[in-house]
Amino acid sequence: MTFRKYLVLAGVTLFSTLGDSLLARGMKQLGGVSLHNFSGLLFAILNPWVAIGILLLLAFFASYMSALSWADLTYVLPATSLGYVLVALIARIFFHEEISLTRWLGIACIAAGVGIVAAGPSLTAARHHDHAQPVSQEAKP
Amino acid sequence: MNELYAWAAIAIITLAATTGDVLLAYSMRRVGDVGELFKTSGLFSVIARVLTTPTFFLGVLAMAVAFYSLLFGLSWGNLSLVVPASASLTFVANAVAARIFLHERVGRRRWLAALLVGAGVVLMAV
Repeated sequence: MTFRKYLVLAGVTLFSTLGDSLLARGMKQLGGVSLHNFSGLLFAILNPWVAIGILLLLAFFASYMSALSWADLTYVLPATSLGYVLVALIARIFFHEEISLTRWLGIACIAAGVGIVAAGPSLTAARHHDHAQPVSQEAKP
Repeated sequence: MNELYAWAAIAIITLAATTGDVLLAYSMRRVGDVGELFKTSGLFSVIARVLTTPTFFLGVLAMAVAFYSLLFGLSWGNLSLVVPASASLTFVANAVAARIFLHERVGRRRWLAALLVGAGVVLMAV
């Protein structure tokens, strides 16, 4: 694991958390969009919060795919789950929401899980696909 | 009755999300380290290689199924049940599926991490 790879993992965490939050904020501003009202969903993109939220979620997807190309799924998923904690801490610091004892316990559990998995190896899968033809070669005419 | 629908939705979301994650992880493992690929042959070839991996699109499709089942699940059950229950179960299901289908060595460390994060997500929603 290099510093750059830790940056990508931080990107996965931050982009998904910020993207989800902005999207939620935008959709709340727009009011209820039901499944019967698909035009509402199309116009939702015009809301700046929704638009930025979608861009951030695209950045999340790119960094998530990048992380999966050099690390195990069972490493990437727990290692990028600090977002749940981040949302709670942002709510506490900026919106002065109370954090109950069970939520603190949850924060401790997630932080411990992230620490435990991040301290271990990032790649364990046997490279049993190595004998397979690389995909790029298959794509060539 | 609605409770039953909500749990059915949670089961479908978990199944679809796990399928999607495993397919995407499998695709990216086949593509190989995109950082190295980017250095040697540029962004275009990274994108081309990802887009010529068929399982990538199956993964995206499964993710879309998970997203839409979440929308439906939310109309049957509470936000505070459906979101944390499916997120938490997905962590555990992914550990099982990654071991079986991706041959990842899910040792004590990985199990403990998946269970702790899964439990933590539930506790945060209580």
